[in-house]
Amino acid sequence: MTSIKKASVNSKKAFLNYALVIVFYVVFQTLVSTKHITNSLKGQLIPITCYMIMAISLNLVVGISGELSLGHAGFMSIGAFTSVIVTSALTGLPGIAKLVVGIIVATVIAAIAGFLIGIPVLRLNGDYLAIVTLAFGEIIRNIITNLYVGIDGKGVHFSFLSPDGLGMEATGKIVVNGPQGALGYTKLATFTAAVVLLFIVLIVVQNLVNSRTGRAIMAIRDNRIAAESMGISPMKYKMLAFTVSAAMAGAAGAVYALNYSMIDPKKFDFNTSILILVFVVLGGIGNLTGSIIAAGVLVVLPELLRKFGDYRMLTYAVVLIFVMLVTNNEKLKGRIDTFFKKLRMKISKGGRKK
Amino acid sequence: MSKSPEVKLVNVPSPNFVPEKDADKPLVLEAAHLGIDFGGLVAVDEFNIGIGATEICGLIGPNGAGKTTIFNLLTKVYEPTRGTIMIGGRDTHNMTPVQVNQMGIARTFQNIRLFDKLTVEENVKIGLHNHIGYHTLAGVLRLPGYWKEEKKAHERALELLDIFGMADLADVKADSLPYGAQRRLEIVRALATGPKLLLLDEPAAGMNPSETEELMNNIRKIRDEFKIAILLIEHDMNLVMGICESIVVLNFGKIIAKGTPSQIQGNPQVIEAYLGTHRG
Repeated sequence: MTSIKKASVNSKKAFLNYALVIVFYVVFQTLVSTKHITNSLKGQLIPITCYMIMAISLNLVVGISGELSLGHAGFMSIGAFTSVIVTSALTGLPGIAKLVVGIIVATVIAAIAGFLIGIPVLRLNGDYLAIVTLAFGEIIRNIITNLYVGIDGKGVHFSFLSPDGLGMEATGKIVVNGPQGALGYTKLATFTAAVVLLFIVLIVVQNLVNSRTGRAIMAIRDNRIAAESMGISPMKYKMLAFTVSAAMAGAAGAVYALNYSMIDPKKFDFNTSILILVFVVLGGIGNLTGSIIAAGVLVVLPELLRKFGDYRMLTYAVVLIFVMLVTNNEKLKGRIDTFFKKLRMKISKGGRKK
Repeated sequence: MSKSPEVKLVNVPSPNFVPEKDADKPLVLEAAHLGIDFGGLVAVDEFNIGIGATEICGLIGPNGAGKTTIFNLLTKVYEPTRGTIMIGGRDTHNMTPVQVNQMGIARTFQNIRLFDKLTVEENVKIGLHNHIGYHTLAGVLRLPGYWKEEKKAHERALELLDIFGMADLADVKADSLPYGAQRRLEIVRALATGPKLLLLDEPAAGMNPSETEELMNNIRKIRDEFKIAILLIEHDMNLVMGICESIVVLNFGKIIAKGTPSQIQGNPQVIEAYLGTHRG
């Protein structure tokens, strides 16, 4: 029976992730306030945090629920544009209140979109599901590319034709201008707000996973037929995971968009969906700590590789391949595990001697 | 060979019979004229069974006779082409496996289907899913209901695991358990759903004689403690003859014999199905 591995204790892992986020925040906040950080990296702090949220959100679908989704940037863009419209429409509120309301509305709208898209998508399995999520991601992008939104004294106007189709008063302001995206809105996001959101998302996902609901979701992932025979409805719990994931992607999109004063729908294309999937796969499917670290490292990496000049993206690809090979090597994993085990034993022995 | 628990079978309305002790109680399961075709192949036909409230019934037959197909029909993995299945007197027409479980049927699988990546305790807690009474939001917000119900579920899971002396394996990942323990865990998990009827698909497969002996005692114990009925598929005749009160023999998708263990043992048709026709 010695070969039986003790499964990791979930709550310990959860606290490790909270600690990781706090350390991340404290370190970078200190670097910013003491001005020990380059401007380009400083400007990337909020996007990095948003990508961390995206990675956690996608990991809920890919890792915990076991469905490959290739359209996650779509939900991010729904959140992004919703928040821009909402914060532009809200006048007379302080910035922080606008930000919070913007994020909440973006979350709700993305959740609704996730729910509606989930109805057809989650009836499929495996590769088919992946392709259909890809299609929906593109549909969302195309809809937003053709969306015109304006705000005037009478309220918010929508059109899919042209700015003229909005039928606004002369004093009206165009918020979303079709293919050009949203322009000239107020930047509201702060690093602190982004980290708070990351923390909330982490709490939600970790608490969800370690509950009755999370167990049901993982049961369906591990063996759908057995889960059904235990009285667990696969559709219900898959929908729940997909909707929660979409909601969190919407929140991340909101903060991402409100970090700039302009946002382009092309930003949320297939490449972005794949980039987020790369964070999840590289960090380890189902591994939230991995998602957070991978998102952080991979967003910063292109910046760090700047000295490679023209070969920057090539180096990036090589690093990706190398990391994938190393992290998927069972032998190496085993060695690392035994190394840490020995280290831990040494530490505990040393502790006892005292 | 173990001593058969010879019981008297009595007739009930419909072409079925149950042990005498269950005669005055309603049947937990009643299937009539059940059949399923896969394309042109008639996999099961004219299957009739009635299972008494605390009966242990064996379903035996040569390989490919359709035994597991019957389990899949009873649990609605397949929708039958013909016939009716009544659980506790209610027709299960157009019901899903989920609903069938909630009506009181739980099962194990011939090819083990555990939740591999989860721990033993989590596997049992998934079985307890519909008996854990807090909402998703209470779980996310960690409301008092979450802690109370999780504690209850934890204690219940250990209690159930203890039936098979597996409580000390609670934190082990399901796929790192030895084969026999995985089979036992499947039974515990099915039991956790609180069934009135437990379907066991080859529970003794891959077990050695002493493990099988222990399993027999445990199956009896489960029946007596939980007051439930058990329908089991098994090739180990020691186990079948040792604990079953009634036996149904299947061959080529049709029932060829029904009765007490001793009636079945002496049935020439059964012997023929298992050993082939006597020649010469």
